[in-house]
Amino acid sequence: MTSSMNYSEKIPNNVDLHQDKRLQRALEEWLPNYLEWWTSMGPESFQRDDVYLRTAVSVDRDGWAHFDYVKMPDYRWGIFLTPRDTRRTIHFGDNIGQPVWEQVPGEHRNTLRRLIVTQGDTEPASVEQQRLLGQVCPSLYDLRNLFQVNVEEGRHLWAMVYLLHSYFGRDGREEAEALLARRSGNPDSPRILGAFNAPIDDWLSFFCFTTFTDRDGKYQLRALAESGFDPLARTAQFMLTEEAHHMFVGQTGVQRILKRTAELMKTGDVRAQGGMPIDIIQRYVNLWYSLSLDLFGSEDSSNAAMFFGASLKGRDHEEDMAEHTALDLFYDMKKYDAKGKLSVDKVPLRRAMNEVLRDAYVDDCEKVVRSWNKALEAEGCDERIRLPVREFHRAQGVYAEICFTPDGRFLTAAEWNDRRDSFLPSEADRSYIKSLMYAVTKPGEFAHWISPPSRGIENQPGDFNYVKFNPGSIHHRE
Amino acid sequence: MANVISSFETHPDRYKHWSLTFDGDLARLEMNVDEDAGLAPGYELKLNSYDLGVDVELCDAVQRVRFEHPEVRTVIVRSGKERIFCAGANIFMLGLSNHAFKVNFCKYTNETRLSLEDASAHSGVKFLAACNGTASGGGYELALACDEILLVDDRSSAVSLPEVPLLGVLPGTGGLTRVTDKRKVRRDVADYFCTLAEGVRGKRAVDWRLVDASYKLSQFEEKVIVHARALADAQAPRTGTDALGVALTPLTVEVAADDSRTYRHVTLAVNHAARRAELTIRLPKTVGPTTPEAVRALGADYWPLAAFREFDDALLHLRVNLLSIGTIVLKTEGDLEVALGIDAVLEALKGDRFVSEVRHYVRRTLKRLDYTAKTLIALAGKGSAFAGTLLELAIAADRFFMLDDPDGGVKLATSSMNFGAYPMGNGLTRLQTRFLGSPQRIDECQARTGELLNTSEANALELVTFSPDELDWDDEVRVCLEERASLSPDGLTGMEANLRFAGPETMETKIFGRLTAWQNWIFQRPNAVGEFGALKTYGKPTAAKFQWERT
Repeated sequence: MTSSMNYSEKIPNNVDLHQDKRLQRALEEWLPNYLEWWTSMGPESFQRDDVYLRTAVSVDRDGWAHFDYVKMPDYRWGIFLTPRDTRRTIHFGDNIGQPVWEQVPGEHRNTLRRLIVTQGDTEPASVEQQRLLGQVCPSLYDLRNLFQVNVEEGRHLWAMVYLLHSYFGRDGREEAEALLARRSGNPDSPRILGAFNAPIDDWLSFFCFTTFTDRDGKYQLRALAESGFDPLARTAQFMLTEEAHHMFVGQTGVQRILKRTAELMKTGDVRAQGGMPIDIIQRYVNLWYSLSLDLFGSEDSSNAAMFFGASLKGRDHEEDMAEHTALDLFYDMKKYDAKGKLSVDKVPLRRAMNEVLRDAYVDDCEKVVRSWNKALEAEGCDERIRLPVREFHRAQGVYAEICFTPDGRFLTAAEWNDRRDSFLPSEADRSYIKSLMYAVTKPGEFAHWISPPSRGIENQPGDFNYVKFNPGSIHHRE
Repeated sequence: MANVISSFETHPDRYKHWSLTFDGDLARLEMNVDEDAGLAPGYELKLNSYDLGVDVELCDAVQRVRFEHPEVRTVIVRSGKERIFCAGANIFMLGLSNHAFKVNFCKYTNETRLSLEDASAHSGVKFLAACNGTASGGGYELALACDEILLVDDRSSAVSLPEVPLLGVLPGTGGLTRVTDKRKVRRDVADYFCTLAEGVRGKRAVDWRLVDASYKLSQFEEKVIVHARALADAQAPRTGTDALGVALTPLTVEVAADDSRTYRHVTLAVNHAARRAELTIRLPKTVGPTTPEAVRALGADYWPLAAFREFDDALLHLRVNLLSIGTIVLKTEGDLEVALGIDAVLEALKGDRFVSEVRHYVRRTLKRLDYTAKTLIALAGKGSAFAGTLLELAIAADRFFMLDDPDGGVKLATSSMNFGAYPMGNGLTRLQTRFLGSPQRIDECQARTGELLNTSEANALELVTFSPDELDWDDEVRVCLEERASLSPDGLTGMEANLRFAGPETMETKIFGRLTAWQNWIFQRPNAVGEFGALKTYGKPTAAKFQWERT
């Protein structure tokens, strides 16, 4: 143990790290590996620059959003849980009414570990996916937002690692190491979930990712925030406060692109003017939304039933539900045969918990799309963005292997192949979008295809210098 | 739930169903079951049929012959009733018993039958089944456990295994196995015999090797003595100190309201809520006596015998009276050097008959542990003493945790006792069974006999499953125990019984692993225990109705 290490100073926390020998020991081994991972797999070529970042230094109203310039490797990744409510009882599933678990119940250890590892794996994965994106940032404002998302994904990894270190013994420490060893897109050691293995190398994809895929994360966290395993619930609750910013980045990012596109439509051909045509944006939406729907898992799932029954993973806003055991209740699940014939199956509600969570997610995504369409309307544009139906382009669950148009019409595989490029980004779309990517690093300037934000971070002025390039940085200018 | 049986201890003075008398080197063990003295109401023990209480006395008798009457070279097992030797386990008792009890009852009776064979093999005590009447079912199985079987030829007395035709179940107390594996009856003959409800009499029984000899009623008693003498004379006579018995005195135990049991050297701490019990053996402060005379002077108080008698008693209560306790946490307390010192005495004095009997007793108790259908988790924390004989507990366990103590204070050791003194039912030592895939480890362990090995050394020798350090220990152990407690008890019983007995089969492992496993399956099937099952309709006017699918 490094006696000189001041944990509370270096690692802001509300978990009594200074007197938790077990956690100190685990972190002492893990921390150097984490920093090595961050410098090799985190944002490429910006590690020496000063970035205007939000840091959580406590869970108080004032403490969770502390803004200042910081070099990313010096970021104070902390460990925060929403404070414990000692009266909290388990409020769903088979253990309803019992006090929440402060320790991992032995019988659920492996299941909980799997849930935490799966959630934790997405956090570093997205940092890896986005590591080259900074080099083609459309503005310093956006660059800063990217890095904010990145460091917070890093902190969310810490949050999951805290749980593994504190509650899962040696297995947990090994899993924490493995979270740093897997690599997005590495064929030998890929990230666990498929959607986290493709690089994100253009900003339209990034904004779609933060809108749709991070929103899946939000709903997974909401379901875990209900957990009967209290440390997980409290960790997830605090993570949700940060996750909101990621979705803000995505939602306003797409919205700013749409605004710019609508403006360009008034003056001629969008593409000829270097903007992003609305049909391409729609195809990116179709892609990221459908990929994100897959992350919820199968519509009819024995795992989901077990998670709920064991009181490990609840529903979004479980307290608002009329009933909390979900026994003897059914969910009307749309199913299709190979020819697209629709039937409705009554699936026991516990088995349908993934779909219940997906329902909440779909509603939320529809709100996002409405706000985008308002922006188009405000610019006098008649075009609209539409969410595809949830059967569209699915690789997981009961709609996998069946082809549908975004508006829900059944297609044969041959028809799908013919029309695929009108639904999803084509190679041409991708290369066009990539052709628009170049770095804009002068304060107050923005790439041609995106509007400035309506206001700055922390109400900073439009030409605020969010990222100060230091000597030695490839972006440094004398 | 009230205890099924309040004590597994008894004494010939208190036997209700047997009498044990001695005539020089011959002992006479006569079964005369008191019909009205069954353990539970609802059945009468007619025709020398038995329940657990009858078998507890039989088990006691065999132990006492070995310890208290070393002069005995042959035990004549016979009936005190006319025309019937023994009718086997009481069917009405089985019909009234739940599944768990039936399984534990059969396991105990099997262990008792094996204890007869064990005395024969290791202590020069031969058993002669003098079937002065019909031996059917479990009665014939008892005879099969003896070295020789004599059957009276009175034109009506027979030996039989009528379980399949009459009850739709198996002769599950070793019957099928011993007919083919011990008496080597031809399999087609055995097949016929086992479906012949009335059994086989006289000369045919001899011809088919079901019995060794058959004699007319008028000659029978005389011939019994002739055979008994011949068996006895083939055994070395006990002379000098070897002829001196040691009394098996009553155990001292305090039983708490929660069923916890505190013996002098053993504690069984029951945690009903967690469905587990901690079973701890405490070593004495010093090695104790080192000469045969001094050891014998202590008698039943000699630590290895006293501790393992207590341990055995605790195991029996766990099995029969504490059915919901699913996990046994095995612990040891004391000084490793004392444990090694005691083992050194056990090894040095193994030529002494009493010490030899103690070693055999420990061996049988360890086998009882192997056959116990509960998860065994051994914990070596500070102050533990898993050395030699006590190390067998850790190796018998399904998992063994050893604290990784930075001060190196937690240690274990092997002794000569780990390399042959205590073979399992499969004929191998526990280390041989453990290291089937890496036999060189046995030599490595043996090379370090007597050394106190710290956790990393024990790990290197693959003696340990997990070795958490102090920071992790409590949580790792807790989670392991909680997780175990959440798993299906049936799944665990089956899994453990399979994983514990790697390696070769013996008659013994076949009895526990094949015969009783099938029996326990049949005991659950509608064809045995359904409304119209054969076990349920036995003795009633209605015949059994079977479901005909073969599985």
